[in-house]
Amino acid sequence: MEFIKSADVVVIGGGIVGAAILRELSKYDLKSVLVEKEPDLSLGTTKANSAILHAGFDAPTGSLKAITNVRGNKLYHELEKELDLDIKWTGSLVAATTDEEMATLQELMARGKKNGVEGLQILTAEEVLEQEPNLKTVKGALWAPSAGVCWPFGACIAFAECAVQNGAEVIRDCEVTGFVKENGAIVGVQTNKGTIACKYVVNAAGVFADEIAKLAGDDSFTITARKGEYILFDKTACSSLVYGVVFPTPTKKSKGILVCTTTHGNTFIGPNANEQESKTDKSVTTPGMNEIIASARKLIPNLPMGASITQFAGLRAVSSTGDFIIGPSDVPGFFNAAGMQSPGLTAAPAVGELVAKEIARVAGASEKSDFKAELPKKKAFLRMTESEKAAKIAENNLYGRVICRCETITEGEIVDAINSPVGARTVDGVKRRTRAGMGRCQGGFCGPRVTQILARELGISVTEVLKEHADSYMFYEKNNGGEA
Amino acid sequence: MNQLYDVIIVGGGPAGLSAAYSAWQNGAKKIIVVERDRELGGILQQCIHNGFGLHHFKEELTGPGYAHRCIELIKDKPEIETMVDTMVLDVLDNKTVIAVNPQKGLIKLEGKTVILTMGCRERTRGAIRIPGARPAGVFTAGAAQRMVNMEGFLPGHKIVILGSGDIGLIMARRMSLEGCKVQACLEICPFSNGLTRNIVQCLNDFDIPLYLSHTIVAIHGEKRVTGITVAKVDEKMTPIPGTEFDIECDTVLLSVGLIPENELSNGLNLAMYPLTNGPMVDQHRETSLDGFFAAGNVVHVHDLVDFVSDEAEIAGKYAALKSQGKLSGDMRTVKVAAIDGVRTCVPQKLSLPADMSDEKIKLFMRVGAPHRKVKLQIKSGDNVLLSKPLPVAKPSEMIAVEIPAAKFNLIGDEISVGLVL
Repeated sequence: MEFIKSADVVVIGGGIVGAAILRELSKYDLKSVLVEKEPDLSLGTTKANSAILHAGFDAPTGSLKAITNVRGNKLYHELEKELDLDIKWTGSLVAATTDEEMATLQELMARGKKNGVEGLQILTAEEVLEQEPNLKTVKGALWAPSAGVCWPFGACIAFAECAVQNGAEVIRDCEVTGFVKENGAIVGVQTNKGTIACKYVVNAAGVFADEIAKLAGDDSFTITARKGEYILFDKTACSSLVYGVVFPTPTKKSKGILVCTTTHGNTFIGPNANEQESKTDKSVTTPGMNEIIASARKLIPNLPMGASITQFAGLRAVSSTGDFIIGPSDVPGFFNAAGMQSPGLTAAPAVGELVAKEIARVAGASEKSDFKAELPKKKAFLRMTESEKAAKIAENNLYGRVICRCETITEGEIVDAINSPVGARTVDGVKRRTRAGMGRCQGGFCGPRVTQILARELGISVTEVLKEHADSYMFYEKNNGGEA
Repeated sequence: MNQLYDVIIVGGGPAGLSAAYSAWQNGAKKIIVVERDRELGGILQQCIHNGFGLHHFKEELTGPGYAHRCIELIKDKPEIETMVDTMVLDVLDNKTVIAVNPQKGLIKLEGKTVILTMGCRERTRGAIRIPGARPAGVFTAGAAQRMVNMEGFLPGHKIVILGSGDIGLIMARRMSLEGCKVQACLEICPFSNGLTRNIVQCLNDFDIPLYLSHTIVAIHGEKRVTGITVAKVDEKMTPIPGTEFDIECDTVLLSVGLIPENELSNGLNLAMYPLTNGPMVDQHRETSLDGFFAAGNVVHVHDLVDFVSDEAEIAGKYAALKSQGKLSGDMRTVKVAAIDGVRTCVPQKLSLPADMSDEKIKLFMRVGAPHRKVKLQIKSGDNVLLSKPLPVAKPSEMIAVEIPAAKFNLIGDEISVGLVL
């Protein structure tokens, strides 16, 4: 057997969970490699979700969801500074509009207390209106001060970059096709780029985690894709929507369609929850949009629909066990971090901790003394003071050229995003790292210019630049003789 | 460094350039045009087709040709400075303009007057909520036009155009000339929003089918666009179930409307007019904030650049006069009401000085629906200020008229602009 590379641990899947695991593994004397089949990290569930750092009152007490949620929320409070994450600790409201729902809030609060969530409180309608003046239909709400909203792709990339600065490796465009076993134990991961020798594998493959597990010989669970659609609004609409995170009172099926304002001031409504066979279809549908609009109107009757700037859908990985699946499987060397639906984003650092500790224990690896926890600080040009802006342009004049007009993103920030340790390779990759293209013109002006900057920085042709997935080309060469 | 400009112009497209020239003609001694792109001329530089300038320059020009004329008029004039590759970040209400430029860094300009000529941008897929997947290959028509005409790349090979506005029509022809197959042009309205000449020259001449009262109900494809599903719409523009059909394509170009680009105006808290999405202005094109003027597509979207220049010249003239203290502060405000079939009219108000000898009242309006053989009537109370027969009136074609100076004495507290059927 020929190996292209040898590692102690291979993490499969570059979403928030895989990246968080890789970072935790990089604290130990282990050679860790993350493989991702897409051209960039965070293209699965991490790309399209509610971005909420949940307090932890939803999941049943004692479940892995509850434990890792509460722990993960605490860890984000620490990681925020270390990794320079974009987080707004807004707290969250669960809004009740009927007496029945008010009773449910009491149940949620009791469960939250058992789960170890601090500061939970039932607010009156007046107290809710003080925080969120547009919630005019609400009778009361459960207030969870420890909740927040984050920049999920930013967090994923920060976890990966922190791991890389501590010796881990990230390989993109690398799809797992099989496993090599000896005496029933995993000794290698086969990919489209060749086979990587390893002792341990962590399956963080999101909606595909059951397929990866099956390839390894673990068929103990299945994953169903549950689609959630969202509508995002222009920043100017925030004042007629909400400032923080507002859930409706939950049902058995989901936390419901919420109204939430992101770290950058764009309010969104969503998601709905529809299970589907396809694990790739992320299309937005008219019935789906109508469903979330109708539902959000119960909280905010006058939705400013004219200010919607984009719609998208994500797929959540719902496991057949009803809980997260974390830890060793029956296949020696094969670990799962699967079924990571909500609160997976919040739980990710805690899941990382659990998995890395367990692998370090069985591998007999010790913690590194020189782990570098901090990432260099990157302040967005828009958020700089005037003198900081002037100084930054003097240091690198590309910061004096604004490429994305809507979000005021400079060429300097785009070039830095491309040239960082786990840098952007695609137009949407630049968008997730810098926000170029996330504003109201949705890349109309800057998309072509970002394409040209990518081509220049990566040393490829404009016609080779991808929007997102493999073969998602942006532009083509002109036809011969096409000039009229 | 901090010299005081008579007129600072934000945006170096046709509006900004025409405003600069007019300000210069009217005695402004220190004028600066700040442009974010690498060259002056704005969107005209990517509009390589002809049909520009018939009204303003009395000659048919291409877009770059028109831009060149505007640039020629302002160049080599020591009173006019231009600064390209410079993005204005903020305009303060004391007329300080803050901008960045890669070479000059963070710049602060101070002016006696400011003219806002930022133009407009294209409405996107997200703004009209087209359902479906989100693959590569969905572009606004203007973004694709820039890539094809200025950068030398194609957005795809098999094209569907949504929206029969002028940019969409022009791109249908442009893509055909580039050897691409334009499968269809879809229009949600029962009529086209483009100029008649463009329907004929850009669709009919290339055998491109135009589907009126049709829209896209789904975009397909995970990587690149592979096709779309189209449906007929009812009179409320809602897709009719059962009328769906598929069209194969790798590219969707959107020409679904333009929105004035008013981030800076909003930062200044200028009074805005909801139907145009632009600042409210008087006949001098002065906004609700003293000394701030606006003209061109930032005020309301035009279909002809000629009218943009006309309007910008008004703004340039009165900004210049204001900077010299020649625009009297003591004026009577007259409301301009768009009524009876006229959807919008710019200006939305008049500011009339006691001495009307230097005044010119030019109105630009759009009707709400297509009409034939109607009369445009401008009245104040029972007095008719202007009555003009219109053989055809279409929402897509802006109407420009001037109130004759002889009628100025008939203007009361309000004037109305409407159609008589």
